[in-house]
Amino acid sequence: MQVNALQQYIDLYRDNKALIEDNSASLLNSFREDAFSRLSATHLPAKGSEDYELSDLDGMLAPDYGLNLSRLPLGFDPALSFRCDVPNLSTSLFMLLNDSWAETEISRRALPDGVIVCPLRKAAEEYPDLVAKYYGRAADGDNPLVALNTMLVQDGFFMYVPKGMKLEKPVQLVNIFAGGIPMMAVRRMLIVIDDDAEARLLVCDHTQNEEQDFLSLQTIEIFAGERASFDIYDLEESTRRTSRLSTLYLRQAERSNVLVDGITLFNGTTRNEYHCTFDGRHCELRLLGMAIEDEQRHIDNYTMIRHNTPDCHSNELFKYVVDDEAKGAFAGRIYVADGAVKTEAYQSNRNLVGSDKARMMSKPQLEIYNDDVKCSHGSATGQLDPMQLFYMRTRGLSEETARLLLKQAFMADVIEGVRMPMVRDRLRLLVERRLSGEKKLCQDCNEECPAHDTITL
Amino acid sequence: MLKVKDLHAEINGKEILKGINLEVKPGEVHAIMGPNGSGKSTLSMVLAGNPAYTVTGGSAEFNGKDLLEMLPETRSHEGLFLGFQYPVEIPGVSMVNFMRAAINAKRKYMDQPPMSATEFLKLMREKRAIVELDNKLASRSVNEGFSGGEKKRNEIFQMAMLEPKLSILDETDSGLDIDALRIVAEGVNKLKTANNATIVITHYQRLLDYIKPDVIHILYKGRIVRTAGPELALELEERGYDWIKEEVDKQDA
Repeated sequence: MQVNALQQYIDLYRDNKALIEDNSASLLNSFREDAFSRLSATHLPAKGSEDYELSDLDGMLAPDYGLNLSRLPLGFDPALSFRCDVPNLSTSLFMLLNDSWAETEISRRALPDGVIVCPLRKAAEEYPDLVAKYYGRAADGDNPLVALNTMLVQDGFFMYVPKGMKLEKPVQLVNIFAGGIPMMAVRRMLIVIDDDAEARLLVCDHTQNEEQDFLSLQTIEIFAGERASFDIYDLEESTRRTSRLSTLYLRQAERSNVLVDGITLFNGTTRNEYHCTFDGRHCELRLLGMAIEDEQRHIDNYTMIRHNTPDCHSNELFKYVVDDEAKGAFAGRIYVADGAVKTEAYQSNRNLVGSDKARMMSKPQLEIYNDDVKCSHGSATGQLDPMQLFYMRTRGLSEETARLLLKQAFMADVIEGVRMPMVRDRLRLLVERRLSGEKKLCQDCNEECPAHDTITL
Repeated sequence: MLKVKDLHAEINGKEILKGINLEVKPGEVHAIMGPNGSGKSTLSMVLAGNPAYTVTGGSAEFNGKDLLEMLPETRSHEGLFLGFQYPVEIPGVSMVNFMRAAINAKRKYMDQPPMSATEFLKLMREKRAIVELDNKLASRSVNEGFSGGEKKRNEIFQMAMLEPKLSILDETDSGLDIDALRIVAEGVNKLKTANNATIVITHYQRLLDYIKPDVIHILYKGRIVRTAGPELALELEERGYDWIKEEVDKQDA
């Protein structure tokens, strides 16, 4: 491992600034120098330091990943052969292959008037005022992961739903990792749901090549306008050789209602950050998370909910099943600012640890600078109840089946939290398959899918 | 059907069963009575295969097979049923799914195809009627939010579903009011045939007014200290356990 993994990206940027900028939009370019100087003056938080319990950022960033700086085109339509794990969903489907927008037959179809879903780079060029109003406004530039993303990002996903527009069809974004060399995808998502608008977004991360190392460095910025309603389901189904560093920033205006659901079914090493802030009164947030970890997989979820304004409700639930030699960490903080009266904030983290070598670390935190609030947090980590197992076995269920049913039952309330019935039903099935030990959930994935082929850059 | 010889068992290093001998034949109803802490529940747990208990000696044969060698689920497939003193709540697992998994696990063991959904629901309806179990309870999570009486009726319902050869009912009467007791006892009686057998574990004579035992055993300090006909229960009701305790303690001393 290099002493300073960050340095190689700083050097990469310095050496390739022109190439990076020529293949991106001027708006995105205008943020790079600031990110560069912040990164040059900082270092990555060490593993085990506060809020980085399991995240070895240096280690995750150390490998020599390739980046598609010259934005070579893909030359095929992945939607033609790729079948997602959440099929039969009437969605508007879009795809990113590594971090490049994949033009698909579906993505060329018209969306309702005023709705924009397109590559971020294109949005920055075609709607510069709109993008400039939001880009970089939610994410914290001092977070080294955000700064790294901002310095290197060239493209990504942009979604805008105009005032009053109720988007009936959910939008689905499928991120596919593929390639014959270790690849790093620097992905940026900017989502703006304007006042009184409604939308739902399902994001699925897939890795096609089991034998290759990939790193996803993703920053998501979400703005929910006044009275807006938005759901985002972020589902990771990658491989043990995939690393993921995701930072999500959400800003909620008055009376907006947002659901954020992070689902990790298969992964390698993952760090997800969820930073949620209320900027107006009477906001509602449901923050859900689920992780199923086995073998030597790692996951570290960090959540921060800022109650800056009065009368807002947040309800957070994260559940983990950790087996074999896997490790899970949860650090969740709720901050209630001075003056944020009538806040209701509930946080719960529940974990099942299934083996002696599996580890779970949980750190629920409440910071309250106010009276007249209702807040609670709780964390419980345990094993399956031996009496429940025995009871089920006396009825003839094998120990394996009993364990499976109990684990499924354990995840039931997180699954029930999904507000899209089709996604909920599908997720129930995916969780069942995952817990029954199926190695690959993507049953429909076609071996002839071009995404399986090596892409040489 | 069941032959237990000199069975010794312990939990957490403490010996609870100190040489149990018991033989049950098809068509028989046995009652095991005894004061608190005598090992009645331990005996039922050991026979059903609770891994928390360790058998340290003796043998148990079930229809000619070594019972102690079998996994708890195999004992169930072979026709052993345990009605729990404290039925376990399993939030998030519905009674319907639980029973369907149980029935189909047994059918798989018997090399039979899984039961169709229609057949299964018909069976549920039939068996539910035996203990007057509400349909709503069948669609809820296993035992979750059930009253004491409902939990016990649910045990007998599961027994009816699984059609065991030998049922061990551990204090099925505890916590029941007189109506629930009658329903539970009638359920057990309806399920009785010439080919199956029942072991009823109880503190009180009360249950035995409804379920007529052929044989009564008294368990004390991990051993069966007395075996007699139904008249023994009446004597216990009248005189309590003290006279038996005294006799046994005198012999031990």
